[in-house]
Amino acid sequence: MFVQLLFYGFSAILIAAALGVIVARNPVYSALSLVLAFFTSAALWLLIEAEFLAIVLVLVYVGAVMVLFLFVVMMLDINVEEIKRGFTRYAWLGWLVSTVVIAQMAAVYGLRNFGVDASITVARSPADHSNTRELGEVLYTQYVYPFELAAVLLLVAIVAAIALTMRRRPGLKPQDVAKQVAVRRQDRVRLVKGVRAEGVSPEGEGRGEAP
Amino acid sequence: MITLQHMLTLSGILFALSIAGIFLNRKNVILLLMCIELMLLAVNFSFVSFSRFLGDLDGQVFVFFVLTVAAAESAIGLAILVVLFRERRSINVEDLDTLKG
Repeated sequence: MFVQLLFYGFSAILIAAALGVIVARNPVYSALSLVLAFFTSAALWLLIEAEFLAIVLVLVYVGAVMVLFLFVVMMLDINVEEIKRGFTRYAWLGWLVSTVVIAQMAAVYGLRNFGVDASITVARSPADHSNTRELGEVLYTQYVYPFELAAVLLLVAIVAAIALTMRRRPGLKPQDVAKQVAVRRQDRVRLVKGVRAEGVSPEGEGRGEAP
Repeated sequence: MITLQHMLTLSGILFALSIAGIFLNRKNVILLLMCIELMLLAVNFSFVSFSRFLGDLDGQVFVFFVLTVAAAESAIGLAILVVLFRERRSINVEDLDTLKG
């Protein structure tokens, strides 16, 4: 009963947050609502004992992706009024499509089609059961090749993001490391032969001007 | 107790809301990206529920990969957005018609 109460509470918050994402006038509020949606989703996943993914959702989405979103939203000065003009012109189409999608999903997810009993509940695991360990055992044996592909994909994403946003501004004086390493003594040091001028006393030696 | 039907209904509502969001915010590229994130969250919800309720771990592994791809997607999407804004001083979808000839 308590679990059910928690489920309904978190679901209400989640749906409210999703509504906040799509109707907020300010993109910053949208991003913060999305953070709330991710937090409540993580709580719901904890409720059905998918602990590892719940923590990953908070770490990756709230910790990295949403910070990136907020950073970009605040960096670009967006003219909100300009963008929100004609806000409701296609709203009816949006709600219509949503209704159609809900109906389609209800038809597909009608579990009788899969021969699954809709009222099954999650099997409670024993107290010393580790979801992370279970997942890791599958991930590093059976799915090790897709796992490595995912790692390469993340590397490509890093390189692409940096390559896209890096710009060469004129007037900067960057280091050229290859040039610095390749330099030799002759390029930097020039030995000149000192000439002692006429009539200079020996005490002045070393302070004479080079020719 | 929570049943599979509860979770799937929640996932469906979330997905439909994000579709409505794409129609409502069709001018703002950042909000479109956020709606796509919401949509991926709804899909992940279904994966996790099916995985947990039917006792098959592969669904959770798949969610792991979906999270990876979604993170890469949003990183590159936002990078493109920043370049676009630098170029055109606007992120309105209607201004992005350079290819229209």
